[in-house]
Amino acid sequence: MSEYKLIDHTYDVVVVGAGGAGLRATFGLAEAGLSTACLTKVFPTRSHTVAAQGGISAALGNMGIDDWRWHMYDTVKGSDWLGDQDAIEFMCKEAPAAVIELEHYGVPFSRTEDGRIYQRPFGGMTTHFGKGIAQRTCAAADRTGHAMLHTLYQQSLKHEASFFIEYFALDLIMENGECRGVIALDMSDGTLHRFRAHMVIVATGGYGRAWFSCTSAHTCTGDGGGMALRASLPLQDMEFVQFHPTGIYGAGCLITEGSRGEGGYLTNAAGERFMERYAPNAKDLASRDVVSRAMTVEIREGRGVGALKDHIDLHLEHLGPAVIKERLPGIAETARIFAGVDVNKDPIPVLPTVHYNMGGIPCNVQGEAITREGGSDMVIPGLMAVGEAACVSVHGANRLGSNSLLDLVVFGREAARHCARVVKRDAAHRAFKADAGDSTLARLDKIRHAKGSLRTADIRLNMQRVMQSDAAVFRTGESLSDGKRKLAEVFASFADVQVTDRSMVWNSDLVETLELDNLLGQAVATMHSAENRKESRGAQAREDFPNRDDQNWMKHTLCWVGADGATRFDYRPVHLNTLTDEVESIPPKARTY
Amino acid sequence: MAEFSLPANSKVRKDGRLFKAPAGAKNVRVFKIYRFDPDLDETPRLDSYEVDMDACGPMVLDALIKIKNEIDSTLTFRRSCREGICGSCAMNIDGKNGLACVSACSDVEHDIKIYPLPHMPVIKDLIPDLTNFYAQYASVKPWLQTRTPAPPDGERLQTKEDQEKVDRPSACILCACCSTSCPSYWWNSDRYLGPAALLAAYRWIVDSRDEAAGERLDYLEDPFRLYRCHTIMNCTEACPKDLNPAKAIGEIKQLMAHRRH
Repeated sequence: MSEYKLIDHTYDVVVVGAGGAGLRATFGLAEAGLSTACLTKVFPTRSHTVAAQGGISAALGNMGIDDWRWHMYDTVKGSDWLGDQDAIEFMCKEAPAAVIELEHYGVPFSRTEDGRIYQRPFGGMTTHFGKGIAQRTCAAADRTGHAMLHTLYQQSLKHEASFFIEYFALDLIMENGECRGVIALDMSDGTLHRFRAHMVIVATGGYGRAWFSCTSAHTCTGDGGGMALRASLPLQDMEFVQFHPTGIYGAGCLITEGSRGEGGYLTNAAGERFMERYAPNAKDLASRDVVSRAMTVEIREGRGVGALKDHIDLHLEHLGPAVIKERLPGIAETARIFAGVDVNKDPIPVLPTVHYNMGGIPCNVQGEAITREGGSDMVIPGLMAVGEAACVSVHGANRLGSNSLLDLVVFGREAARHCARVVKRDAAHRAFKADAGDSTLARLDKIRHAKGSLRTADIRLNMQRVMQSDAAVFRTGESLSDGKRKLAEVFASFADVQVTDRSMVWNSDLVETLELDNLLGQAVATMHSAENRKESRGAQAREDFPNRDDQNWMKHTLCWVGADGATRFDYRPVHLNTLTDEVESIPPKARTY
Repeated sequence: MAEFSLPANSKVRKDGRLFKAPAGAKNVRVFKIYRFDPDLDETPRLDSYEVDMDACGPMVLDALIKIKNEIDSTLTFRRSCREGICGSCAMNIDGKNGLACVSACSDVEHDIKIYPLPHMPVIKDLIPDLTNFYAQYASVKPWLQTRTPAPPDGERLQTKEDQEKVDRPSACILCACCSTSCPSYWWNSDRYLGPAALLAAYRWIVDSRDEAAGERLDYLEDPFRLYRCHTIMNCTEACPKDLNPAKAIGEIKQLMAHRRH
């Protein structure tokens, strides 16, 4: 591969991705004095954390009594008992300090009358172990993710962290089962870079763009998951995909759950507040999987709104212009631009839309990546993961709204702390093997010169259509088997891909094709894992197996995807144990809202 | 009188390629798009793409993606969130800076001309080099600076009125639409910080929690960094988030005047 010259770099730690989790890890590492590089394919404030709206959960109790144990209970229940309780305890207990820390960094949170951080109700967030409605979600109007991401970037500037911006990570560099670094493409000039590090932290977010309709940004292509699969590492719980109840009909843009937290509600064609039937207590603030299923049933049974009876109305008209202006100004703008709706007068047309991947790189509480060998967990030396790219698992089978921003800061910070404990500052690095990165360059070169007959966009669309129809809110063995078969054809068709742009400077045709490669592996993992799991739990709703089956399926799926698209499974037990004796394990029970 | 002329490599050739609409398309619109290929020793050109709007989403970004997906995959532009919050797809559309993802094609009556953000070095097609823009942002130290330690077990309190002062200014998405619409910035972007960086400075100056207003003003007290703003107001006109950098700059100037007297 003499055509491509490699430029070598050496750091204590390399972070891939500059969303909330990546940035929180990055400046934590810089603060700890470790030499750190953060690689990101977009300028940090363009990462998709910026689009998070409603808020970040923490039992601060600013707006009423609260306790982190109730938050933990809600999260375990929300996860449909697939979340690991030790990790959930850790996250919920750390939450108040993590949010206060954000405030101290300068996040422009909305305020209560007495000057504290404003908190709003959110789906599945309760007090007294499910009895009352909690106001736990800390908000900066309806752009909390924007406020947080910009603040985290500002802290990174303050700590003079090293960024490699518009660098596209191509592969992990593995040696004998150990991660030694990353190889990346500098999009601005086409140069190739090998980063050697004692630890690589993957913070590349989710892969929502595997579906046709999603709230995710164009850049949400799960590049870390793709790299992990190519490194023969498993992904965990990929069958669990969150459909957000309120994506704008057509455009797919997100309308925050905070709009229901502020008092908004859903109606069907009859004008009925149908959530009262499905979740008599929580109603419109039931967990997202519950609301998305209810909406889908309403539409399926002919009670959808609009000419095609294919969506649902979200009402905010009754809230009044003052509440809209103060609490939901971005929603009003988004609804006007993408649905042509004045939220003060008319309902917003909405539809359950792919929003979040509960699955990802399996990790422990410290963020160390895990694989399974000989029936026990094994840490992958040199590799960690945080944020949506990771599966700790704090979200289990279904994430609660506002637990994602929390996940980012808690585990981003913990990853930095872990590195500070285990990575010796400026410790000597072994040399790479002479051929490190060669297979990646071969792949890059092959794709760059691909002369097939199918455009990248065609293959991507084919994949998105299959995922949309067969990895949907409701699934059956038949639809999933069908999906597997169709997806195998799409996967195989990648061999016939056509790339037109052969240049090296800002070749987005090439990058989109590499992203498609990443998406395809994760699409396969998702479809196969969903077919493999013969039960319904959280976001996985199998009509042929309508009940949760704790006896056989209270376990995490691990899925490997080979270069030929073939899959292999193993399992990890769910951690029902807590981390400390400050709280008791929450035993499984029926999940109703 | 002196004659001014653009350097040869900045002149845009109008004789670019034309991509015809598929036969049978009934609702065709023409997109004239600036193309620059850094690998070729050529001046930039305008390529024309006929797009069937009956099979295209409503926004300019929808059209750009359709062109890239179906007509010419070498067309290069930044995009990410497609809902006006990440700031990636800032460009000059029909002579005005804006975000392609929230700019409706129907708002332009004639052929839709798309150029990169004005007066920036162009890397390729619609991709400007924003390195200087980001460095200027970093130069105002856009983070909370305090001497008083934070309360050990709680947030810094802030009244709703004080929060309101930072609420809008902190909503900037760093898209650079404002700075690159400013003639002062075109002339002096090496020394004038431009509206985006100044709005960022203002956001911290007026934050009741920040204790470095004096140092922040000291940094801006400079004939170029701040005072190259001549109240042209293009920035406020251009902002896709309806923010008002011109007002923020005006208020910084007032604070400067007050502390002199």
